[in-house]
Amino acid sequence: MASVLCPDFAPPGFSFENHQRNAFLVKKGFPAPKATKTGTTIVGAVFRDGVVLGADTRATEDTIVATKNCQKIHYMAPNMYCCGAGTAADTEFTTASISSQLELHRLNTGRVVPVVTANMMLRQMLFRYQGHIGAALILGGVDNSGPHLYQIYPHGSSDDLPYCTMGSGSLGAMAVFESRWKPNMSEEEAKLLVRDAVAAGVFNDLASGNNIDLCVLRKGTVDLLRPYEVANVKGQRINTYKYKKGTTVVLKQKVVPIVVEDEVVRKVPGPDGEESMDTS
Amino acid sequence: MAVVETYAGYGPIQAQRFSPYADNGGSIVAIAGEDFAVIGSDTRLTVGYAINTREQNKLFRLSDKTVLGSCGCWCDVLTLTRVLNARMMMYNHEHQKVMGTQAVAQLLSTMLYYKRFFPYYVSNILAGLDENGKGAVYHYDPVGHYERNYYYAGGASSALLQPFLDNQVGLKNMENVTKEIISLEKAVAVVKDAFISAAEREIHTGDAIMINIIDKNGIREEKFALRKD
Repeated sequence: MASVLCPDFAPPGFSFENHQRNAFLVKKGFPAPKATKTGTTIVGAVFRDGVVLGADTRATEDTIVATKNCQKIHYMAPNMYCCGAGTAADTEFTTASISSQLELHRLNTGRVVPVVTANMMLRQMLFRYQGHIGAALILGGVDNSGPHLYQIYPHGSSDDLPYCTMGSGSLGAMAVFESRWKPNMSEEEAKLLVRDAVAAGVFNDLASGNNIDLCVLRKGTVDLLRPYEVANVKGQRINTYKYKKGTTVVLKQKVVPIVVEDEVVRKVPGPDGEESMDTS
Repeated sequence: MAVVETYAGYGPIQAQRFSPYADNGGSIVAIAGEDFAVIGSDTRLTVGYAINTREQNKLFRLSDKTVLGSCGCWCDVLTLTRVLNARMMMYNHEHQKVMGTQAVAQLLSTMLYYKRFFPYYVSNILAGLDENGKGAVYHYDPVGHYERNYYYAGGASSALLQPFLDNQVGLKNMENVTKEIISLEKAVAVVKDAFISAAEREIHTGDAIMINIIDKNGIREEKFALRKD
């Protein structure tokens, strides 16, 4: 049964049905609900044979940690991953939507999709929505022309860079890159540098924290290291907090006996007319 | 009122006015027992998403029997405690004796209400021994309302800490429990566990906690590490 709220086929794109109503409610002092922001540290760096992406795993709702181990390095294509900062839902849906288009593109062309293609699709989509899609992205990948790293802002501008950082922890992370990044690093060097850059965000930015994830992209191979490092171990509680049976108040108790009114056994005939026994 | 522009139906943009207050985070937990009081606070000082220091003690020894835990707007904490110390010293010189915990409790309330219309933006919890040597904990609102109880939590994580204390110290919302006065060992463990859990979920809480244990022998100090992210 189709209705306005639940159509058989939802039209593509966003629904703006409630925009006018919500604007009216805001005017009357009823604010719209807040989306989860991933106050984040995401980074990326190019090395000799590829790209290393890094991210923390904390998502916050104001001052409360909403998620301790969320994945901020999103899959884009077999040769591409994308880190997301900003509104959690926007980063997830934007990367998922472009990832789907990239797969169709790959099947259509039968080639490794260039990283510029993904960059162009992401920035064109974000520009179309004038910054209302709050996704700040770091796109990394390796294609036939070598390793690439792009920094993409929510309004749709982008940069092609050898190293970059985004999110609320980006200042601490960029300080590490500015002092230690150099061209033609080895993979191990690059992994350590990216780890240290994310760690700078994790420890010095309150909205970043918990674990450090890395993603190493080389020509033909990808390693998603999740977690690469548990930067903070949970404190060991001294007491145990098990409650004895009967601690919870029982307010009301009602026992309803199940009465068997009728019992029916129905034979289901198999493909050969008879019910066949499964002997596998 | 100067309206610059209406932005996507979310109301007019106004110029930012000077705000005299800062929120520097910090949380305090205090538990009183039969003949002791325990008070703990985290040692992280923050502003916004940044950490100012990881080792700021927020407990102030007012006498051998009284400790004040204070957090919120740190500049107000500093001023408040400095004036409080001066007032206690004046009392000492006038009466030739150290102020008792109850007297300090009343003085602090008076000092807070004095600034009723430009308040100290501070969460205070006072812990100590009363004139009978029994543990005492006082909790304040920023303008001087106060109340004595035997456990309290205040500051940035108070909403996470207080329900935990209600259950574990106040033994609330439980059937078939014998109400008994908490032991020193249990009280210290509860303070540490409360902060371990708060550091997991509240971004302003972490780094370490400073614990003061007040009993007839004086004040003992203990430091306990928390996660640093």
